[in-house]
Amino acid sequence: MTTISRWRALTHHHLFWPVAVLIALLLVNVPFTPDFFSINMTDGHLYGSLVSIVLFGSPLILVAVGMTLVIATGGIDLSVGAVVAITGALTCSYISDQADQNTLSAVFLAMGIGLVAAVVCGLWNGFLVARMGIQPIIATLIIMVAGRGVAQLITDGQIITVNSEPYKLIGGGYWLTLPFSVFVVAAVVAVTVALTRRTALGLLVESVGGNAEASRLVGIRSTRIKIMVYMFCALCAGIAGLMISSNTSAADGNNAGLWIELDAILAVVIGGTSLLGGRFSIGGTVVGALVIQTLTTTIYTIGVPTQTNLVFKAAVVIVVCLLQSPKFRAKVFGAKGPQGPRQGAAPVEPAPAADAAPKMEVSR
Amino acid sequence: MAEPQPVLEMTGIVKEFPGVRALSGVDFRLFPGEIHALMGENGAGKSTLIKVLTGVYSLDGGTITLDGESVRFGSPLQAQQAGISTVYQEVNLCPNLSVAENIFIGREPTRAGRIQWKRMRKEAAELVDRLGLDIDVAAPLSSYPLAVQQLVAIVRSVGTGDRDGAGFGTKVLVLDEPTSSLDRDEVLELFRLMRQLRDEGVAILFVSHFLDQIYEVCDRMTVLRNGTLVGEHLVRDLDQVGLIELMIGKALDQLEELHEHQMRSDVGETLVKAEGLGRTGGIAPFDLEINKGEVLGLAGLLGSGRTELARLLFGADQPDSGKVTIGGKQVSMSAPNDAIAAGVAFCSENRKSEGLVPDLTVRENIILALQAARGWTRPIPASQRDELVAAYIKALDIRPADPEARVGRLSGGNQQKVLLARWLITQPKLLILDEPTRGIDIGAKTEIQKLVVSLSEDGMSVLYIAAELEEVLRLSHTIGVLRDRRLVARLTNGPEITTSKILETIASGEHQ
Amino acid sequence: MSATTQTPKAAPRGSTASRARATRLLGDRRLPVLVTAALFIAMYVGGLSRYQNYGFAEPQVFLNLFIDNGYLLVAAIGATFVIMSGGIDLSVGSMIGFTTMFTAWLVERQGLPLLLVVPLALAVGAFGGFLMGYVIHNFEIQPFIVTLAGLFLFRGLCLVISKESISINDASVGTLAQTRVSLGVGDLSIGAVVALVVLAVAFYVLHYTRFGRRVYAIGGNEQSALLMGLPLGGTKIAVYTVSGFCSALAGLLFMLYIQSGDPLHAVGMELDAIAAVVIGGTLLTGGSGYVLGTLFGVLVLGLIKSVITFEGTLSSWWTKIATGVLLCAFILVQRTMTSRRKT
Repeated sequence: MTTISRWRALTHHHLFWPVAVLIALLLVNVPFTPDFFSINMTDGHLYGSLVSIVLFGSPLILVAVGMTLVIATGGIDLSVGAVVAITGALTCSYISDQADQNTLSAVFLAMGIGLVAAVVCGLWNGFLVARMGIQPIIATLIIMVAGRGVAQLITDGQIITVNSEPYKLIGGGYWLTLPFSVFVVAAVVAVTVALTRRTALGLLVESVGGNAEASRLVGIRSTRIKIMVYMFCALCAGIAGLMISSNTSAADGNNAGLWIELDAILAVVIGGTSLLGGRFSIGGTVVGALVIQTLTTTIYTIGVPTQTNLVFKAAVVIVVCLLQSPKFRAKVFGAKGPQGPRQGAAPVEPAPAADAAPKMEVSR
Repeated sequence: MAEPQPVLEMTGIVKEFPGVRALSGVDFRLFPGEIHALMGENGAGKSTLIKVLTGVYSLDGGTITLDGESVRFGSPLQAQQAGISTVYQEVNLCPNLSVAENIFIGREPTRAGRIQWKRMRKEAAELVDRLGLDIDVAAPLSSYPLAVQQLVAIVRSVGTGDRDGAGFGTKVLVLDEPTSSLDRDEVLELFRLMRQLRDEGVAILFVSHFLDQIYEVCDRMTVLRNGTLVGEHLVRDLDQVGLIELMIGKALDQLEELHEHQMRSDVGETLVKAEGLGRTGGIAPFDLEINKGEVLGLAGLLGSGRTELARLLFGADQPDSGKVTIGGKQVSMSAPNDAIAAGVAFCSENRKSEGLVPDLTVRENIILALQAARGWTRPIPASQRDELVAAYIKALDIRPADPEARVGRLSGGNQQKVLLARWLITQPKLLILDEPTRGIDIGAKTEIQKLVVSLSEDGMSVLYIAAELEEVLRLSHTIGVLRDRRLVARLTNGPEITTSKILETIASGEHQ
Repeated sequence: MSATTQTPKAAPRGSTASRARATRLLGDRRLPVLVTAALFIAMYVGGLSRYQNYGFAEPQVFLNLFIDNGYLLVAAIGATFVIMSGGIDLSVGSMIGFTTMFTAWLVERQGLPLLLVVPLALAVGAFGGFLMGYVIHNFEIQPFIVTLAGLFLFRGLCLVISKESISINDASVGTLAQTRVSLGVGDLSIGAVVALVVLAVAFYVLHYTRFGRRVYAIGGNEQSALLMGLPLGGTKIAVYTVSGFCSALAGLLFMLYIQSGDPLHAVGMELDAIAAVVIGGTLLTGGSGYVLGTLFGVLVLGLIKSVITFEGTLSSWWTKIATGVLLCAFILVQRTMTSRRKT
């Protein structure tokens, strides 16, 4: 009895399904690459599939974490890819202008410039959404379209390469045997969790996304919160931009961060945050981003042609969305009525709805 | 006058929802060429009956006969095709299309699949003209005020089905609260149209919260209460007091112990003072004073402006006129924040849409108002928060007593208590409770009423809105009476004030 | 209660018509289209005076706008249907890319005749749109996310067909691509003619068929449309089918224009299409706009490209920046217009 109830408690945890999917994906690799889980030490650096998943997944995790907060307020930010490009372009072009690209102060200043630009983009998005009342998908479309042009303008249409040791560290360097980007991601995630859960920001964000009118009537200043969240999202994208350009030691205005907004939204959805806003889970998003990265790696290791990656991703989007759709669940898993977790019209006991469709937990 | 055959006859109508019997054996009939009012308070079953009639809900029992034939509608479209059209309070038209298109969309005149715009405009203009309206049918609907859009909706619905004949395709026209946001002139124009249609033989079912309008335009009325038929009367045979008594009924008093509670006469100094506060389409300008420790009850029928008054005092809607002073200081009332900062709290009657955040836990919902006031940078320390929440869960007996439970899954009474706890935790000076006891069980009801009494004894002012007059009478020091969106009287509670006295005031619309 | 002193009957009757006329002038739905048309003319005249010595005045320069942007026009017309109904389609670019690959592969690698391949490609595109519409309507998932899946899927299918570009050497394709229709002052390509035909058909459908008016109605107010008894589901699904069809047709024109299939063709073209629709005056929230506006939107975008070419020193990325700026301006104008209409 207790084991059953413990099992139920486990499966009902909001991270259960994302983590289960991640583990399953990882295990798929084992028959193809027996030493998939092994990690070697070479030159004082750790190498292995797991390390590279985290390394290559870092920018996506960053962007997705910022996106989580935006989505939690009931919004969406399509401009993150363009922000990635702008930040990388600004930073690299500043560094490449220096006589000595290895000067620490110059690198810091360059990164500062890039991040400020990112935050300004976020401020603009937030202003359009929260003050002007434009739908988020439309408001952020502007920078999505114009941003890449701006990035190319900065780089003059070239791919700017830099040769700076300190800058190389963020995206491609190692520290304490681990890729340095892991520490950056850990720091950003920790700061985000602290910012949302140690202060009341998380609660207010969830309240605004969960019920905007009720939030207004308890006196929450949602305009400020929304602007802040868009700025934070852009900042995260900016850091990801630094990481991507550092990793390749180059800024490519055209291709840096291409489609990362879509991957990030996907990661957030897999992580259990509803696109309608409300409850969010940073942990879920991190797992979601890792799932996407693992999927890419897995496709590579099991020998399926890499180009099918996008087809798989499409399948994942469709499956996840169908499972989140109350109507789909009602049609496929039997007539449980239209009460999804969100509608919850009748205050009945919660347990039975979940039984027929255990996978629905993906949606929380 | 020999009574003609009814065009519509509903007998023994039963409609059940999980746990509720919304209609139990209601009979209803409608004659051609009459305007018939459907009356009842909240939960009487008015809207359920209309939805059954118009095919939105399916029947659980009973029969509907239209023109002598038994019918059963599976969808609003089927009802429309049978000749029953509905116009709702919110205009259900497309504002981006022209008036003519709105009248004809879905049945535009076509030749070989091509819409004949000229013919459509001409026919629309003829129809509009015949109904005595002056509307340019080529103009987009959005260029007209709401009242005209309402008229267009009626034109569309009576034009259904029969395009070239002299009569209208519609036999029954249901008007569900079409007047709630119209001004006097607009209402008169609507009534003119209604009378014209009546004279041409259309049976009109009219729902309105304005008693004057019922007496002005209706011929007959049916009164419902708690899902049963209370009576069908000719309007001229039933006076307003009689009608209100029928609507409200003599609710059994199950809360005798509270009745004995002594009204303190020594309420404190003035806390809230509203002067000329009003909002077009909401409530006519009113003056109001609430003293410290006073319970001011608002009495009035559904739609009389109770909620609108409360929302203005909280800044939930922005007033067009007037000013509010709280504790001697003028408050701008441009947003709820201003009122909250001045110590006002508001529990909305719509717990789900305007109160709770259903996805969040009980604890999070309880601390939300306090946290919003503190701003996001100053979270309530965890230990203090848990203590506060635990204390209020205990004090209000919220069940389950689990601060981690999702609030969307609590029962109505417990949700209401969570909302109360949310505001009590902010220690407001004025607590506005809009129908706090609606839809909750009798035990929770008593508890909430007791709480109001003790809060007032501790010096908190309360603005109390309830549909049940006994409830208002029992709790209030002073009773504000509303009718047709006006505050018509302010009665000091005492032995001479009874429910029938309040009823008379509502019915006559005059002080004393 | 309002303080009207006129007699009750006269007040609403006498004044509404004139009031309506005034509001109509200010909030005329054709206004944004006229603004865009004026913008186009201004830009064109500006180009004339600035580059008169470089042959800008040649009629062919104007006609080239249609030749170079025919595929975009067709894609944007499809997007107009979707946006007008209140939805969005992100799969446009991928569908175009997929169609170029699919046809190139069938024609070059499988040796199928063009006559067979064209209807096949169009059918695949329409079916893809139909599927997305079906999922959007029946499972009530946001169009944004469903068409995002479509974006991934069709781009992925491109890569599944081949990672490499396939150039088309088929004789019939070559002939078609070279064919020019003379207009006296200049000539148009087959692609441009097809685009103009699609424009005319779309105009007819939107304004003279019940389906077209339903698209407007649903975009104006979905709930009302349902209560007025309009077939909501069928219309929505049809709208996405139209968009899928137009994307596939745009893909064919693009293939004709470029004469190759490439998995990276038309990446991000959905943004150009959406931008053209918005600049053309269609409300992104649906219900208001004209397909003729979309034409001007496409022409403005095309003209920006030509001006930048003529300028010589300006680089291609200015196209994106200018598009973004225009997009922003039009969104803000739309916003102020809709907020005024509501009050």
